[in-house]
Amino acid sequence: MSRTRHFPARAFAAHAVLIVWTLIALFPVFVTVVNSFKSKRAIFTQPLALPGPETFDLVGYQTVAAQGDFVAYFQNSLVVTCLSLFFVLLFGAMAAFALSEYRFRGNMLMGLYLALGIMIPIRLGTVAILQMMVATGLVNTLAALILVYTAQGLPLAVFILSEFMRSVSDDLKNAGRIDGLSEYRIFFQLVLPLVRPAMATVAVFTMIPIWNDLWFPLILAPSEATKTITLGSQVFLGQFVSNWNAVLAALSLAILPVLVLYLIFSRQLIRGITAGAVK
Amino acid sequence: MGQLTLSGVTKKFGPVDVIQGVDLAVADGEFCVFVGPSGCGKSTLLKLIAGLESATAGRLTLDGRDITNLPPAKREIAMVFQSYALYPHLTVRDNMGLALRQAGRPKAEVRAATDRAAAMLSLDTLLDRRPAELSGGQRQRVAIGRAIVRRPKLFLFDEPLSNLDAALRVNTRIEIAKLHRELGATMIYVTHDQVEAMTLADRIVVLRAGKVEQIGAPMELYNDPANTFVAGFIGSPRMNFLKSAALGMSSHTAGVRPEQLQFVEGPGAIRSTVSHVERLGGETLVYLHTADHGLLTARLFGEHDFAVGSERGITFAPDRVFHFDEAGHRLR
Repeated sequence: MSRTRHFPARAFAAHAVLIVWTLIALFPVFVTVVNSFKSKRAIFTQPLALPGPETFDLVGYQTVAAQGDFVAYFQNSLVVTCLSLFFVLLFGAMAAFALSEYRFRGNMLMGLYLALGIMIPIRLGTVAILQMMVATGLVNTLAALILVYTAQGLPLAVFILSEFMRSVSDDLKNAGRIDGLSEYRIFFQLVLPLVRPAMATVAVFTMIPIWNDLWFPLILAPSEATKTITLGSQVFLGQFVSNWNAVLAALSLAILPVLVLYLIFSRQLIRGITAGAVK
Repeated sequence: MGQLTLSGVTKKFGPVDVIQGVDLAVADGEFCVFVGPSGCGKSTLLKLIAGLESATAGRLTLDGRDITNLPPAKREIAMVFQSYALYPHLTVRDNMGLALRQAGRPKAEVRAATDRAAAMLSLDTLLDRRPAELSGGQRQRVAIGRAIVRRPKLFLFDEPLSNLDAALRVNTRIEIAKLHRELGATMIYVTHDQVEAMTLADRIVVLRAGKVEQIGAPMELYNDPANTFVAGFIGSPRMNFLKSAALGMSSHTAGVRPEQLQFVEGPGAIRSTVSHVERLGGETLVYLHTADHGLLTARLFGEHDFAVGSERGITFAPDRVFHFDEAGHRLR
């Protein structure tokens, strides 16, 4: 703190870098949202201009509201994201607790095995996954997506959470054991609240790829009833003609729920990322 | 109530023998202190008694009941931890009452037990606070209160004063001693600090590398140590170990406590050079360099002045010397 006070130039440089980075990161979002409120002509002639009285047009949103069942798509996305997130956090935290708390043969190997998924993209197994889903009759169900996303999110969750759980005081867990708490209550009531920042970090890193994913919905659940919002938006993209107003409007709307979820987790997330750095 | 016996208790972590066959009987109402350098297995031994680790071999009984394979909650013990280990999400009252509520006792009883313990430790005004709102000393009192509430047969303390500052440490030490007198309960206390051990214990168990070196009352260990390890560990400053041959004695090592060294006019028994002086007001510690025995410590009462670098002769009374053989065992 005192260093930045003494060197305003250094503080200025740091802020300049951060501002530039923020602008770059927000640029696509800005262009998407701004253009979703413009007429088709204005999108192509002045893609960077703000919507004025002549160019303002809600046709994109009208199309989205009229065509396709976007409320249902939203619902599908929310159900898939929230349930996958719940299972990733629950099973990830349980596995992490077992790995960090109990001594058993093959503990290290098990930890490595569970973390291996971080390095291997789950998409390599798409064909096998599709075959399994067909065999089990889960194609075109949300359950198929939830299962795949849970598997996809678990490695990172186990890896991050087991590191954090190792830092929870042994004395606290032992005090719980002496007071007669079961291992489940020690896990849910003592350990989980203490690793909440880590849980939020995992939640955000898990949630965003699931919400944005196009691959698995397209392959495993492309039916009208199970379409997610990302897949639903693709109706407006044709090989020859694309309804850009509608695509941009749909994408702008898709940003909202994930933004809300992010805001819920972000307070905890910042604590999770800076844990150890500050104290 | 609270008679603990350990017979042949052993603990291995993989190929490492952490506890190597400890036999011990702790009498009812006794204050027993496990002391030793870090890594000597004293905390592990306490965890074995608590049931937080399972013994590789051996048997533990409490009041004649075999508790070797019982889970911690069923052993009728309570434990106070170095890091306090209070439940951060519960108030002081709930922290203290949790064990009884877990055991399914009626609410009124839990409340009464909590109030009684709180009054004993003057925690009455803090009952609705959370641990984060308490100071270190208050937290440790809550941790002790949590142990009292359960009315256990056996209290276990795992270095409970290590995280407190010096002044608070002395106060809490006195409080624990008072508590032991009031409750008359059996207590086992682990520490690496020999002052805590000497001031609190009825009986001290000195451990080294997972083995019991000596068991005895504080003054027994001080006046009659069984080997060089115990002689060096008990007493502060540390005992001086002299080479017997250089003094014309028959043993291998001669131990002399710092308070037994006396300065004399002339060369004395040992020639020395003053290398450093620490004046503490009530006592003065003089560090002396000698050619044959290395650095020695002399402890004088009152205030004294010595010029660093000056040559001084020292001597000691022959009947206050402890003799040890080559392996460090005492020669009596």
